Amino acid sequence: MGKLYDLLLQDVRFKEGLNACMNCGVCTAICPAAEFYKYDPREIIDTVQTKDEAKIEALMRSETIWYCGQCMSCKTRCPRGNTPAMVVMALRSVSQKLGYFTDSEKGRQQFAIKRTVGENILKYGYCVPTYAVTPEMHPEQGPIWSYINENIEEVMERLGANLRKPGPGSMREIHQSNLDELDRIFEVSGGHNLYNDIERFSEKKADEMGMEFKKEGTDNEYFRHVYTFNSGNHSRE
Amino acid sequence: MEEKRNIWKDYQKEIADDHYYYVRSCIRQSFFPASEEFFLKVLKDELGKDIFDDPNHTTCTGIGYHADVVPFETIMTVVARHFALMKESGYKNIIISCVTSFGIYTEIIETWKHFPEVLEKIRENLYKATKREFDIPLNMTHSSDIIYKFRNEIAEKANYKLINQLTGRPLNVVEHIGCHYSKMFPKYGVGGAEFPLVLAGMIKAWGGDVIDYPERRHCCGFGFRQYLVQANRGYSAANSKKKFESMEPYKPDLVLCNCPGCTMFMDKWQYTISELEGKTYGENNQGVPVLTYEELAGLVLGYNPWDLGLQFHQIQSEPLLRKMGIDFSPEDKYKTRSGIQMPMPECPANINF
Repeated sequence: MGKLYDLLLQDVRFKEGLNACMNCGVCTAICPAAEFYKYDPREIIDTVQTKDEAKIEALMRSETIWYCGQCMSCKTRCPRGNTPAMVVMALRSVSQKLGYFTDSEKGRQQFAIKRTVGENILKYGYCVPTYAVTPEMHPEQGPIWSYINENIEEVMERLGANLRKPGPGSMREIHQSNLDELDRIFEVSGGHNLYNDIERFSEKKADEMGMEFKKEGTDNEYFRHVYTFNSGNHSRE
Repeated sequence: MEEKRNIWKDYQKEIADDHYYYVRSCIRQSFFPASEEFFLKVLKDELGKDIFDDPNHTTCTGIGYHADVVPFETIMTVVARHFALMKESGYKNIIISCVTSFGIYTEIIETWKHFPEVLEKIRENLYKATKREFDIPLNMTHSSDIIYKFRNEIAEKANYKLINQLTGRPLNVVEHIGCHYSKMFPKYGVGGAEFPLVLAGMIKAWGGDVIDYPERRHCCGFGFRQYLVQANRGYSAANSKKKFESMEPYKPDLVLCNCPGCTMFMDKWQYTISELEGKTYGENNQGVPVLTYEELAGLVLGYNPWDLGLQFHQIQSEPLLRKMGIDFSPEDKYKTRSGIQMPMPECPANINF
């Protein structure tokens, strides 16, 4: 078999997620992403099971694989027990490993997710702690979220949380020894490698696009671009 | 008939009776911290259960995993660490406070069953990284499963019911169980994917009516990367809008959510839709309150709604409190724990606040 298909086969989610698709299209019928985007999970599975390397590479470089919202509704409904959403995860993994993700507008957004949620995990021990979900980056959270952030100590105390303090409780500070264990887990299990791949390929792409790139943080042109830019070519309307 | 009874067994879930190890949720803690504190309180104080709140566990990394910045092998090892902490604490029953995490835990355990070599690899990873060893939990539940199990005990202690005190009729409740609760591995959910009963059971036990509307099982629209990246949020809002449009004719009094992410989105997207389109759902342009099951259980048991954190939702809950006949203090709403008056939040332009 080809190199890309072999890489997909190394992912247990791919083995588990794709048996033999009969192209019935039930996954597409139930899929929220197929309703919103120009997206058809049936076509993805159909392409992958051809084992055609050129077609699989084109898929990995495309916008298409980034449209899935991971709701997993396809898993419940597939009469063959396939899970297109898990096949999509395997495709995204290889796309990032090989740097194909920076070829697409939606793929390039991985850099924004790594710099926000990805870094929150290792810095705080939480994916989305209250204080890292800033109203500036999340205006859709409304005035109540701005209020909570402006009065975070009082709000958290009123609600019985243990904000950024040692010991148990909501929003407690995760002890450094636990963060260190998390970091070592990332080291032995490939987590750091993926972060490094995303950074390396994104820096290269920023250079190609002539955009400012900084080694840390969200205050740089490339981050702002991938976080906010929408070409308007994705949805069905 | 016997055969039919056996079929129904597939939709039942065994839920441990006592002695739990609790793992918290990133979103529930960040957006609804009082819900987790109330859950622990009700289990210990109201139901007399043993539950351990271990400060040493971390995020499961699930939001990063489904947004594809955390590898499967990494999240499996992080979850294995939680299992190791549980073992070291002497517990065998785990309660998970997040539907995303819960789905991940089920996916991991099923993966280990199908691919034993992966389980061995994760054992090696964890030992190499932390020198810890783990056992797979004997019983794995989402925290709503526990409230469901004890729903009748809560009903017996109830101060308020889900009955409209003005009309004497049951409240119309939309329930939203969240995709990852049982769409992936139905056997882990109460009622499976086809007859999910986890929230409907609470609503019925506490006196309400469950609304069965066309888009009842549609995703709230979180979509992980579809929300996390600002450029994609149209996807997320559009899905919530589809649900609200579908439930609107049934005049819901509240939405009850299983997943903390869904709770947050179905609350906040009502604001966004009102800003974008001038459309506000619910009676008198007040929006439809969206509650966690802990918050609803707290109201039923007679806890102060402001200690439960209802004032920190974007959609305010006074219309619901009045319908339930709850005696609440408007003056206490925005006060600190010690009773000092806090500033008032800004009113959204298109929602009666």
